Amino acid sequence: MSTIIHPDHAAMTGAGEVALSQPMKHVRGLSDRTIAWLFVAPTIALLLAINIFPLVWMIRLSFTNLNLSMSYLPLRFIGLDNFTDILGDEDVWFRLQTTARFVLWSVALEMVIGFGLALLIKRQFRGHSFWTTIILLPMMLSPAVVGNFWTLLLQPQIGPFNHFISLLTGVPASSFSMTGEVVLAPWTIVLVDTWMWTPYVMLICLAGLRSIPDYIYEAAEVDRASAWRQFWSITLPMTVPFLMLAVLFRAIENFKMFDMVNLLTSGGPGSTTELVSITLKRAAFEKWRTGYSSALAIILFVTVFGAANIYVKALNKVKQR
Amino acid sequence: MTAAAAKSTAHSIVEASPRSRAVAGSLVILYAVITLLPMVWIVATAFKSQSDAIAYPPKVLFEPTLEGYVNLFTVRTRQTADFIAKLPPPSTWYDVIVRKHDMVIAGPSKVVPRFVNSLIIGFGSTFLAVFLGTLAAYAFSRFRIPLADDLLFFILSTRMMPPVAVAIPIYLMYRQLNLTDTRLGMILLYTAVNVSLAVWLLKGFIDEIPREYEEAALVDGYTRLQALRKVVLPQAVTGIAATAIFCLIFSWNEYAFAVLLTSGEAQTMPPFIPFIIGEGGQDWPAVAAATTLFVVPIVLFTVLLRKHLLRGITFGAVRK
Repeated sequence: MSTIIHPDHAAMTGAGEVALSQPMKHVRGLSDRTIAWLFVAPTIALLLAINIFPLVWMIRLSFTNLNLSMSYLPLRFIGLDNFTDILGDEDVWFRLQTTARFVLWSVALEMVIGFGLALLIKRQFRGHSFWTTIILLPMMLSPAVVGNFWTLLLQPQIGPFNHFISLLTGVPASSFSMTGEVVLAPWTIVLVDTWMWTPYVMLICLAGLRSIPDYIYEAAEVDRASAWRQFWSITLPMTVPFLMLAVLFRAIENFKMFDMVNLLTSGGPGSTTELVSITLKRAAFEKWRTGYSSALAIILFVTVFGAANIYVKALNKVKQR
Repeated sequence: MTAAAAKSTAHSIVEASPRSRAVAGSLVILYAVITLLPMVWIVATAFKSQSDAIAYPPKVLFEPTLEGYVNLFTVRTRQTADFIAKLPPPSTWYDVIVRKHDMVIAGPSKVVPRFVNSLIIGFGSTFLAVFLGTLAAYAFSRFRIPLADDLLFFILSTRMMPPVAVAIPIYLMYRQLNLTDTRLGMILLYTAVNVSLAVWLLKGFIDEIPREYEEAALVDGYTRLQALRKVVLPQAVTGIAATAIFCLIFSWNEYAFAVLLTSGEAQTMPPFIPFIIGEGGQDWPAVAAATTLFVVPIVLFTVLLRKHLLRGITFGAVRK
């Protein structure tokens, strides 16, 4: 049977557990207290050095005009100018909308297909374990490699995708370009992301379905509840925490999306698939506007963090019901 | 009726009927086949000749060749037919393939050094992350640590940042420390990213090992460290191995940091593969060959990890 453990919750149960009983404190060698700190310190030190120190530095830079391509300019503190620039920039809002649409559609599709697949796999047909493993493969691949090889698959002339569509619909294969057309490109990144990450959602949903004890369904059968009714009254409500967890993980990951889309469309055509991470990369590593991009990075981080926290609270509420 | 008796009847009322199972099975298999097609296409492209790979319309049937693999591992120069005619006859099978296209092998390509980088950075960061993660996870699991929840949450939250955002200050810091485009720099960075996963996963695994074993060892006069090494670690071996594979897969697949912070010396495979160029653009058979070689270990790992996959991808939030 599967159990779901919320991050906060897990941390609390961990801390709540009583340390080893009293007599054990007098064992030979280092004291437990010393060992505990010796064991935790290197990890904390590494994270402070590689994550927190740079983060603090970045916060400082976000108040400056630093531009690495013009580093001869004196470093000036310009207060909140970068932040007001970003929040007042229509382009940035447009990129955020592009990102939001991408997150919304890809997560929605992944949830629907993933949940559907999980329902089917739960039937335990012959060879389900083998086929499940096959289905899982895309999510284990490198997103960069995936983005790269889909450019070949989606190439209008030499790629198989257009010819496959042409076979089904009769539309000439080279009459449309999945990555080159303003209307299609946003859907292309959704398509490839869905191909890659549906198995992830499926796996979590499957755990949710397997966590429902059989006796509940048996009771429902005894009460002659229809399959439809069983789905809405048992299956769905009991898997909600799992579904929400899947949404949370996928939404955060796709909000940060960079690698796959950068290689598939690199934000094009025009800027129709320019997700906010790609904007950030361009500002930081092509225009070298370090101060500005630091501010944008902080805004993104706060957004992810804030959204995740709100969501986690909602998740806890659902679980307590 | 007892539960055992209920099971022995034709089928329990909640079990799917044979027909619904067959329908479910065929739908899942259909999905699996469709989802597998892109990967099959890439593996097949690796065995196409350059002209078959870019044929219009795309070729499903073709004469397999190892050209893609040869091109992946070599740098070639185009020569005149006269020049090639004067050369001694080709001594190896790959010389034969190359000369068919009026080319001569000029030397090895960069793929081997890039592959080695991927291996060194992958294994280096995995080893460090699992080592640090095991120690920290053991401490969080067994000792009362002040602010444990906050520390654990802090460890997890470092993973929520967009990689491009993290790369900005890391880039500046590494420039000062001369760590840009070095394997050490990438190992440290990947270790920091992986250690959060390692701590969370391993804490889950260690929590599941009964404390009584250690307590018995401590009563027998083991020190805490001996008890950890001789009692806990052997019990946690599966968990540690699964965690290590997850860390290895992350480092192996990582692209954003690699493309922003490395350019040559320490470049790994993911930023390298898309830029395998032939005459006139991407050399698709060679790109496909590189992709195939790059992905094979991942497929093996996926099969090995099947049982722990769920745990790994949800940071231990869902356990089976």
